Amino acid sequence: MNINTTKIISLLFFIFSSFYLYTAYQIQVFAFDENAPFNARTFPIYLGYAGLFFSGLKLILPEHNTIKVDHKNLEYKKTAILIVIAIIYGATILKVGYFLTTSLFLFSSYYFLGERRWVLMFLLSFPFVAAFMYLLHGILDIYLRDPFLQLIGVMG
Amino acid sequence: MIEGILIGLTTALTLQNILMVMVGCFFGTIIGMLPGLGPMTAIALMIPITYGFDPATGLILMAGVYYGAVFGGSTSSILLNAPGVPGTVATSFDGYPMAQQGKAGKALAIAAWSSFAGGTLSAIYLLFMAPSLSKVSLSFRSPDYFALMILGLTAIAAFSSKGQFLKAMMMVVLGLMLASVGQDSLSDITRFTFDNMNLTDGISFVLVVMATFAMSEALTIILKRNDPTSAAKQVSLTELGSIKINKEERTKMYKTIPRSSIIGFLIGVLPGAGATIASFLAYGMERNVVNDEEKEKFGKGSVNGLSAPETANNAACSGSFVPMLTLGIPGSGTTAVMLGALLGFGVQPGPRLYMTNPEIFWSIIMSMYIGMVILLILNLPLIPYIARILAVPKNYLIPLILFFSVTGIYVMSFNNFDIYLMIGIAVVATFLRLYDFPMPPLILAFVLGGLMEENLRRSLLLSNGSWEFLWDRTLTLCILLTTILIVVWHFYKSIIRK
Repeated sequence: MNINTTKIISLLFFIFSSFYLYTAYQIQVFAFDENAPFNARTFPIYLGYAGLFFSGLKLILPEHNTIKVDHKNLEYKKTAILIVIAIIYGATILKVGYFLTTSLFLFSSYYFLGERRWVLMFLLSFPFVAAFMYLLHGILDIYLRDPFLQLIGVMG
Repeated sequence: MIEGILIGLTTALTLQNILMVMVGCFFGTIIGMLPGLGPMTAIALMIPITYGFDPATGLILMAGVYYGAVFGGSTSSILLNAPGVPGTVATSFDGYPMAQQGKAGKALAIAAWSSFAGGTLSAIYLLFMAPSLSKVSLSFRSPDYFALMILGLTAIAAFSSKGQFLKAMMMVVLGLMLASVGQDSLSDITRFTFDNMNLTDGISFVLVVMATFAMSEALTIILKRNDPTSAAKQVSLTELGSIKINKEERTKMYKTIPRSSIIGFLIGVLPGAGATIASFLAYGMERNVVNDEEKEKFGKGSVNGLSAPETANNAACSGSFVPMLTLGIPGSGTTAVMLGALLGFGVQPGPRLYMTNPEIFWSIIMSMYIGMVILLILNLPLIPYIARILAVPKNYLIPLILFFSVTGIYVMSFNNFDIYLMIGIAVVATFLRLYDFPMPPLILAFVLGGLMEENLRRSLLLSNGSWEFLWDRTLTLCILLTTILIVVWHFYKSIIRK
């Protein structure tokens, strides 16, 4: 089945714009602002209509330069793994701390992307993150929250 | 003006700022060389670091990264035929054939000298034009600003690749929609937050930039790593050859550089145009003005064909600072990122910038000269060594980009929600990129969203809700007519092509 994905994206954008427009109309404004020439919902309403207009045009007009993506050549599995690792990284960074989670994130990402040079993988994760932390925290004075390093007494 | 130049020199020539230009140029060159990673990604990665400095130093660092990345993009164009940035695509037309003939060193040297000359000449134009443009722009009122923003957003969409106008306009609307999330600036009423406290202050600019450029770029590279049509492939380096330019080649460059720098600067000044169009136009013009014998060499390793786009793209970089600094309207996606960073510093670019913050205004202009010199000093001897970065395996590069992106958000907010939001936006952006939906219009619109609403609000309130403000003032009308002309011209060209 030959489906033009650009048209599907345009249709999704059309639906999204409809939802945005509906939500824009629901924005509560102050009573005295209700009939003002411009209030908090004016601009979003215009944007909603603009979204409907452009995505509608894209849907209606014929597509001359159809983008063909060969899905067989795309690495969906590795990309998905990387996204999941990034989500886990995001979920643990505050509770566990910057150093450990970042180092583990880098190490596991190298691994899942097919790297097997263990020494290089280690050097570009734990010592690299330590050096980067020193640059941010020690030199540039940017605060980095790290309960793990505080627990083991490395960070004050 | 002399006083301003002195203020700028005093600020730009401090040890810290010279160091920042050097660091910026160096890292910019390295990041720009990596296929797919352009100045916008490079600057986005630098933003969290710049927050540790004062605005002038932060901006000088970003400007250094900008020039460096544009030059770095030329390196991968010449060596790999894989332009790091769209602005260096035209460089590959003659640079890559030259490298294939065993003259890679010479091609890189021509690119370095042309970039230097283009950047320096346009910095001189900027020095003289920026204050006068700034004075002219003082006469701008809210309706003019609103019209100017419409022009900027339409222009960036119209100048996007063939057949992408509607896609770019959809991205513009999406960018404006993202900018509308959070509290309304006047009434403090929350919009599109769905009772989520994390969205009350709106979506952070750094988050959107990191997600749509750095992170989605990394995901796209992984996604396409087995795609034979993808430009992001590993190529081993061959001999670079000599980097000396002979007298005949120098003579050719002397003629090409001045005309290409003027074209580059003028195109760069136009909101929404930028280095890509400048380099293509300069290449096309150069091909038309040279003699028949030289014309034959175009596409086969012509010195003029390499020098023209290289001069123009660097000149356009400086030119794009004019609308950003004097009008608060970015001339390109990259300056849009820088505008966002400036706003983050609490500095409002615009007509009064050079009066209220002269040290920022003039130090950026002065740092351009210094940046160009440093870029040349750094890059010429380091060409063979810097080029080795192209051999960095993607297995290491991609996690490091993701790491920098997450760190950028982490140090800003210490909030898990922002990281999830960034990953979510990055996934959507990756999917959109796959189908050629351009990201620069989204960023430009996101940056301009708040200002655009503000100016529309003022205009509508002053005209008591009437849309007559669009044609009441001659200036507003002229800007809007230009916008209409750009759209009509775009569609006319599309019809002619068919």
